[in-house]
Parts: sequence; structure tokens; C-alpha cells
Amino acid sequence: MKKVKADPKGVLTGSHYLDGDFAIAEGALAAGCRFFAGYPITPSTETAERFAERIPFVGGVFIQMEDEIASITALIGASWGGRKVMTVTSGPGFSLMMENIGLACMMETPLIIANVQRGGPSTGLPTLVGQGDMMQARWGSHGDYQIIALSPDSPQECFDLTIRAFNLSEIYRVPVFIMTDECVGHMHEKVVIPPADQIEVVDRKWYEGPKEKYLPYKPDKDGIPFMVKAGDGYRFHTTGLTHDERGYPVINAECQDQCVRHLSEKILKNADKIGHYEEDQIDNAEIVVVSYGITSRVAYRAVQLARKAGIKVGTLRLVTVWPFPEKRIQQLARSVKAFVVPELNLGQIAKEVERFAAGRVPTIPVTHCGGWVHDPDDILKAIKEAAQ
Amino acid sequence: MINDTERPESKNPVEDFLRMDRIPHIWCSGCGIGVVVSSFAEALRKSTLDLNKVAIVSGIGCTGRVAGYVKLDSFHSTHGRPIAFATGLKLANPELKVVVFSGDGDLFGIGGNHFIHAARRNMDMVVICVNNFNYAMTGGQVAPTTPIDANLSTAPYGNFEHPFSLPYLADACGANYVARWTCLHIRRVTNSMQEALNKKGFSLIEVIAPCVTLFARRNRLGDGLNLLKYYYDNSVIQHGADTRTLDISYQGKMICGKFIDRERATFLDGMNTHLKKALGDKYIPYGVQS
Repeated sequence: MKKVKADPKGVLTGSHYLDGDFAIAEGALAAGCRFFAGYPITPSTETAERFAERIPFVGGVFIQMEDEIASITALIGASWGGRKVMTVTSGPGFSLMMENIGLACMMETPLIIANVQRGGPSTGLPTLVGQGDMMQARWGSHGDYQIIALSPDSPQECFDLTIRAFNLSEIYRVPVFIMTDECVGHMHEKVVIPPADQIEVVDRKWYEGPKEKYLPYKPDKDGIPFMVKAGDGYRFHTTGLTHDERGYPVINAECQDQCVRHLSEKILKNADKIGHYEEDQIDNAEIVVVSYGITSRVAYRAVQLARKAGIKVGTLRLVTVWPFPEKRIQQLARSVKAFVVPELNLGQIAKEVERFAAGRVPTIPVTHCGGWVHDPDDILKAIKEAAQ
Repeated sequence: MINDTERPESKNPVEDFLRMDRIPHIWCSGCGIGVVVSSFAEALRKSTLDLNKVAIVSGIGCTGRVAGYVKLDSFHSTHGRPIAFATGLKLANPELKVVVFSGDGDLFGIGGNHFIHAARRNMDMVVICVNNFNYAMTGGQVAPTTPIDANLSTAPYGNFEHPFSLPYLADACGANYVARWTCLHIRRVTNSMQEALNKKGFSLIEVIAPCVTLFARRNRLGDGLNLLKYYYDNSVIQHGADTRTLDISYQGKMICGKFIDRERATFLDGMNTHLKKALGDKYIPYGVQS
């Protein structure tokens, strides 16, 4: 892992008025992304458009692929070609990407997918907000694996978290998802892009030892294998099949155990380092509102009203959603009276909170199928109910 | 396994291009894939390219296993997706020569969309398709290349769907180079591979190969030798043939040869030329070797 300063060519330093989708493209360019493959889908297309417009002046490639399957697969190829890579999509496109998200996990390939969530399932609400892909992000491809998912609540955070997503992806050699939503994606706000020398970017751990000794899947001391890129003379092999340290397929239960546990453990063992949460007035809180993305901003209104009414409410905003902050929920479950979890789905993260609250205290979901954000009064009602 | 010192003969010159620690391979005796791999290894041996800059990508299936046996930077991707994978690889590192080596079901069934678009873009890559007329890894099911009347496990009363003519498809989509051979044409396959490796743009080399275990057995066509005899008696070399005339009927004639060899701008050349024209000196050219 090598920390470096951002390449100034990609950094549009200054104060801008941008929507979240554009801010993701700017974050990618600042993080050093030089390859973008995508397919148009509402409400995410603006990120691809921005990248296509900007990349000729930065030096890199934008390609509009024939579908989302091609987009994600091209990213895997391009990442092994040595580039930092990303794509952007929404529900239906995210569904199409699932098989090759598994390939990226299996090949331990750094790449970024931003999912600007809309109402689902199926074509659902193409132009309206949703947060229904949170569990799909976690479990969508077949088999056991771990990924990282971040959830920005503003255009500024779209910029900041995109850089963070690239850095995490490079460190852990894993796909990282930016799970934003139509509201944040289309919301225009001030976005401050710092000078390049104030942006820290991380490059993957390139192998530098003797060529004949290179093993593409031998974990280093930190659990993450070194990477090389195609064209450097290593003549290495990588596959989506269960494989040994050489990257050669080995079709038996022992190798499967080693290979699959590694994919999970390299993330779970570092969950504390990866996790990033924002807490407010949580120390004496009786009720904790757990939320993420646009819903955090709606919930804030309800929290303010509840505090005015004398209820001790704290907030826990999941900036990192996956890996899930299970230890923090377990801790809080010992001191609070209840959790309230508003989200634009039928309780995907609420169930996760409930799982780690483990029956100590109730978890009250505030569900919403998407199409619009919550009415803060609905969240307030749940807080009041929880406080009784 | 016999090691080199026990061998009376010197080692096979293609061994340097294969991962000998992965041999024996998984293919059935009588299968044609190994022959095509040998031709490819021979093309690499004769090539003047820096082989550290040649990468191979396969999909899934019998031919999908090729990437694992060839000693290059090699990628065994998902079913149908090697061309999309190769597109990313090539664009990320334009100094690479990227070869896609996969089967007919992988490239033209599940992966057909990627094929037509990569050919349309004239993406710089060599696609080698081993066509054995069926999905063999899964046990011999009907494929988009299966000739009408051939019998397969999911066409148990014979196939009635029209098959693709792969060279016609590649031509229509805009490929720079299109050839078809059978795996009996060992030297010609090697020559075509050499030509394609030295050519810019999208190339397709279709190599018809016997599947003894499934296609031949189910259709009572005999063993590998019988199939090679069929190729010998029924393949007709006709360079430059009109690609509309290249349909293959069940146990019928197979027109082989080099059909297309032309120069259209590749994706990257087109991108650089166009953006330079549109944006002038502000454009930062990509992947142009200085």
C-alpha cells in the first residue's frame, strides 16, 4: 500500500455547485480513476456523462459498453491492466452486474461501482428515489464473499467517499460500492474540491520481488496478496474457479475452504479500520436513530423535533454500511432503550440492527417503498413510540 | 509424469509456451482443442512479439480452459464475457496484444452481444473460436452453431434452429480479419494466428474441431480419426469467398480460408484521431506509443 498525493490533472480544485452524480465523477478523477466503462441508466447517467466530458483533458478512457455485464467485466480486465476503474449504475444494471461482482471478488480485483438507487424491484421507479438495493449489494452474487459499501448523504460526501472508496478498494483488493440514491445523486449543493496535494490517494500493493517467486494469491502479512498487472512479464494466471496461491484451479473442499474464508476474513478482520460512522448525542441517548444516505437528512428533522419534545435521541449514521458496525450496535444495545431505523425499503438494514441488538432492546423499522423520502413525522412517531 | 531426463527425444519446442505444471490437461482424447492450442503455441514460438506483452483471456467451457494452460498473462473469466474482459484489459494497457480463446457457445451464445460490439468497434484483439458445434463441458447441448439435423441432448430429435455462420457475422459487424479452418489445417491455423497477431484491429479465427465424446458419439460419427477424415474430404479452401456463402450444413462441405483482411481504424486510433480533431491541443492522447 502506497499513499501518494492525487495527480493534479484529475483534480478540479475549487468551490463548485454540483449534483451528487457529478461529484462522484469528480471524486473518481481526483482519486486517479482513468478508466470508466458504463451503460446509461437513470438516475446515474450524469456520472458517466461527466466522466466522458472530462477524461479527454485528463488522459484516460471512457467507453460506453453494450450493457452493464460488459461494463463490469471490462472493469475487471482494466483493473488487471493496471488502472483504477469505475462504473455507475442503478438497480436493473446492478442486477446485471452480479455474476461478475463475484468474479471481481474471486480474482481480488479493485474496482468501484456507484449505485444511484431508484425504486425497485424490476424497472420500478426509474426517476424516483429508493434504498432497496442494500442487501443486494451485500449478497447479490452467489456464494460467500465480503464487499465494502459506503453511503453518502450529500454531493460533498459523494466526492469525498468516492476517493475513500478507491483507497479502500486498492488496499483490500475488493469491489467497493458507493450506495447512493436518486435524491443525493440529483441534489445540487456546494462541493469543495481541495488542492491535489491535500488529497491522499492509495495505490494497490504492487509486487516487487523476484518474478519467478510471484504468487498472485499468497496473502501478505496483512492478509492481502500483492498484485501485478498484465504486461509486466509475470505470466501469471487468474481464474474465477476456486484456486490456490498460484491462481491455479483446485477443485476440492480443502482449497474451497481456504479460498473462500480468505475472501471474507480479509474484510471482516479489518472491519474496524474500514468502518466509518457518524454519531451525534449518542452518549446519554435512550433512543438511537440508525440511518444512511438521504434518509439520514430526513431523519435529522425528526430527531430535532424529538429533542425539543425532551426525548434523549442520538443518531448513528452509517457512512460505511458494509461491513456492518455489528460491535457498535451490540454495545449500544446494552445502554439504549430502542433503535429506530428509517430507510427507503421494507427494513433491510433494520433487520441487521435487530440481529445485533439480539433481543436486548427493540428495533423499530420505519419502512417506505421509495418514490419519495419519509415524512419526518413518521420517523418522529416511531421515536416517540420507542421512548414510551 | 515423465520428466525431461527420462525422455529419449528432446523436449517439444512448444513446451516453453505452455504451463507444463498443469499438464495433463482435462480434454478428452480425440478432442480438437489441444490441436488448436498447439497451433497457437507454435504461432507464439514463431512470433517476434514480446510475449510479456501478450495476454490471453478465456471464458467458460472446454475451450475456456485454454487460458489456464498457456504461459502468458492469462485470465479465465466468466461465461460469455472474455471479449468484454479483453476490452478492458486492452484499453487499460494499450501496449498489450490481447487474445481471446474460447468456444462457440461462450462467444456466440451467451457472449454474442460482446462479440458483435467488439467487432463493430474494431477493438484491437484476436478472437480464436474453437467451434465444436455444441456445449460440451455441460454434456453436449445444442449450440448457436449446431448444424440443422444434428442431434444433441437438448435437441434430442435433431436441431431445427438456423445456426450462425461465424465468418459472415464477423464480416457484417466490421472485423478487420476473418478466417476459418478446421483443426486438420494445422499449419494454416498457425499462419492465420501469426497474421492476426501482427494485425491491428478485431480478428476472428474460427477453427472447427471434433468433439468425439459428445457431438460425434451422439450423432454416430465415429472417433477422432473419422472426423478428421470428414474434414479432409469436405473442407474446401476458398480464400476471399463471399461470407454469405459460408453456412455449414450437417456433415456437409465446409468452406475454409481467409475471407476478410482489411484496415478499419481501431477503437483507440479512432478515439485519438477524433478527439484530437475535436479538441485540438487540449486533448491528451491515450495509449499512443512515443
